[in-house]
Amino acid sequence: MHPHFKPGPLPLSMQLTPEGKLKHFLSTEGLPHLLLHDIMDRAEQFVTLPAKQQKKAPFLRGKTVMNLFFENSTRTRVTFEIAAQRLGADVTNLDIRTSSATKGETLLDTVRNLEAMNADMFVVRHEHAGTAQFIARYCAPHISVLNAGDGRHAHPTQAMLDMFTIRQKKGDFAPLKVAIVGDILHSRVARSQIHALTSLGTGEVRVIAPKTLVPAGLDKMGVNIFNNLDEGLKDLDVVIALRQQRERMDSALLPSEQEFFKLYGLTDKRLEATKPDAIVMHPGPINRGVEIDSRVADGSRSVIMEQVTNGIAVRMAVMSMIMGSMAGGAA
Amino acid sequence: MSLLIRNARVLDPASGTDAVMDVCVENGEIHSMGENINGFPGAEVIDASQQWLIPGAVDLGSWLREPGLDHKATLATETSAAAASGVTTLCYQPEPGASVDNSAQVNLIQDLSDAQGRANVQVIGNITHQLAGETLSNMGGLKRAGCVAVTNGWQPYADLDVMRKAMEYATTHDLTVFVYPLEHALANKGFMHEGAVSTRLGLPGIPAAAETVAVAQTLSLMELTGTRVHFCRLSAAGSVRLLRQAKQSGLAVSADVAAHQLFLTETDLMDYNPLCHVRPPLRAESDRVALLEGLADGTIDAICSDHQPHETDAKLAPFQQTEPGIAGLETLLPLTMRLVEDGTLSGLEALNKITFQPARIIGSEAGRITQNAQADLVLFDPDALWTFTLETMRSQGKNSPFENWAFQGSVSHTFLAGQPVYSAT
Repeated sequence: MHPHFKPGPLPLSMQLTPEGKLKHFLSTEGLPHLLLHDIMDRAEQFVTLPAKQQKKAPFLRGKTVMNLFFENSTRTRVTFEIAAQRLGADVTNLDIRTSSATKGETLLDTVRNLEAMNADMFVVRHEHAGTAQFIARYCAPHISVLNAGDGRHAHPTQAMLDMFTIRQKKGDFAPLKVAIVGDILHSRVARSQIHALTSLGTGEVRVIAPKTLVPAGLDKMGVNIFNNLDEGLKDLDVVIALRQQRERMDSALLPSEQEFFKLYGLTDKRLEATKPDAIVMHPGPINRGVEIDSRVADGSRSVIMEQVTNGIAVRMAVMSMIMGSMAGGAA
Repeated sequence: MSLLIRNARVLDPASGTDAVMDVCVENGEIHSMGENINGFPGAEVIDASQQWLIPGAVDLGSWLREPGLDHKATLATETSAAAASGVTTLCYQPEPGASVDNSAQVNLIQDLSDAQGRANVQVIGNITHQLAGETLSNMGGLKRAGCVAVTNGWQPYADLDVMRKAMEYATTHDLTVFVYPLEHALANKGFMHEGAVSTRLGLPGIPAAAETVAVAQTLSLMELTGTRVHFCRLSAAGSVRLLRQAKQSGLAVSADVAAHQLFLTETDLMDYNPLCHVRPPLRAESDRVALLEGLADGTIDAICSDHQPHETDAKLAPFQQTEPGIAGLETLLPLTMRLVEDGTLSGLEALNKITFQPARIIGSEAGRITQNAQADLVLFDPDALWTFTLETMRSQGKNSPFENWAFQGSVSHTFLAGQPVYSAT
């Protein structure tokens, strides 16, 4: 057996080249805060480019980006697709759920086949934690892997577009109080946000949820935990609502959407506890009347639509930095 | 064949012997032992100066796979791995795909292993039909065919009433029940210990309570049924506490721990290492410390390999898609002896946990060095320094997280009923 195929650890450190540049983007955990700022600086450049030029920034000309989505997500896939196209890449979308995986092919075999089609970058979404790391560890050395969500583990581009949006609105992270509200237990977005916020030196990071939705040992990630929304909202600068999955209501985690909204739903009234200029964020798609009231979602505090726009800029930033480091130049 | 082992430091935990002497083996048994023994004419003489002579180890839990799961391992490969690792008795653990429902299956396993002649294989039978947890297996027949215990492995019982009746029927046939304590509902399809590390990795967790709840339930059923129970592979501090109380109250209970559980914790999974994917999961440091204390005070009777050889593909996938288990046979003795180095146990105490105690639990006469005992013996060089590598593993499964661990002390010869089954040179 080739040693390349030996089962073993999947260290996060493989995200960076020996020179400290981004090789894969798998998690916000363990990345230096300067690099996180580099991503946001690069995104800023893409956002401020005039619309015409924005669509012609050919960092990835001649490259092939493959979207490997083992789990359905039209929205995320489309933003990656647009980002790659604007950078001049050829983009292929593979909905693996309906192809090889159901025919019993192993994940490594699938990866081998796609490598043979001259892929340069895999954008991976999978229902199991650590899958992007697994592919990064075992794929050919010239390929970069971008994690578009793995189980409950990480969704680093979503977290970075949220950080970018916060930085646009608030500037420095040090004085900020930021809270994440809702289903932390199942949320890869929350985990990536927490790592990014703590790395960026955020003044206070809180999570607000009932005990059933707070995973064990979360306090060890550097957050303060609140079970009561009104207490948790006090003096906040940024409120991040998470999408509440409907299926959680069918298990023993929550009694009903009504009770959740009553206790943890964001309304104008309850947001009075925050600072007057506090912003409200949501990774989408939103459930109106479950985790967020329509008046909040569409109101003056909401930056939800800016998040969507920033999502493309941040994904362009990450992709161009990865490919730049591969070429040994631009980034 | 006759054998005369000269000047060995004999360590026999059963009798507490720790002395340099000669041991004479004749017709597969220990004929005599003492100073300046005369061997039989023509006996092979081994000068064992500077070496230890210890009982061959008795392993309470090896997933030997054949027949049924031969792509993972065979009795031939695994018994020769055992011989090279100083293990002379293996308990065959039934599992779905390689389960033991009737006497024909017991006989087949024994025939296949006897044909190799590398280790004694003792069979643990199914306690329920097909391990499905619904109806009883033919325990009377299994007992007559030589099964040393019965178990449902990690498979759940349909309900506690089935478990109660299975325990009562096993007791009818004087069979010890091997219980793998796990409340499946609480395990909640988890993959590792529930705690800060599982939260960080985003892997669904198995709380320690999934084990302690099952231990408590089983202890209550023992009181009801009078069954002799052996708990397999304890992992949680709370289980050690419950067991300590149960022993103090006089229940006929025993327990083992997997050797890897004494050295690894949840933090060894920080980089999703599938080689550390085991069941029960590696737990917190406080659990590991409690297991060591339980070993030292006798609450935990035995250390076992929990040997689970796998083909490479079973471990070459994202963590949640990999199969649990470590190929642990070849690290059982080295890790156990490391407990002596660490000061957790004395040499005799450590050997006791892998020889006399496990033999006692399965009602076997193995695991001791005494006159007329079967000569299952190991010569051990206590000063040899060596490094464990996957390439040199004899097991068909190379799934061990202990690659590049350095160990002191290695097996130089293994004898099974007086016959050499392994020699390092």
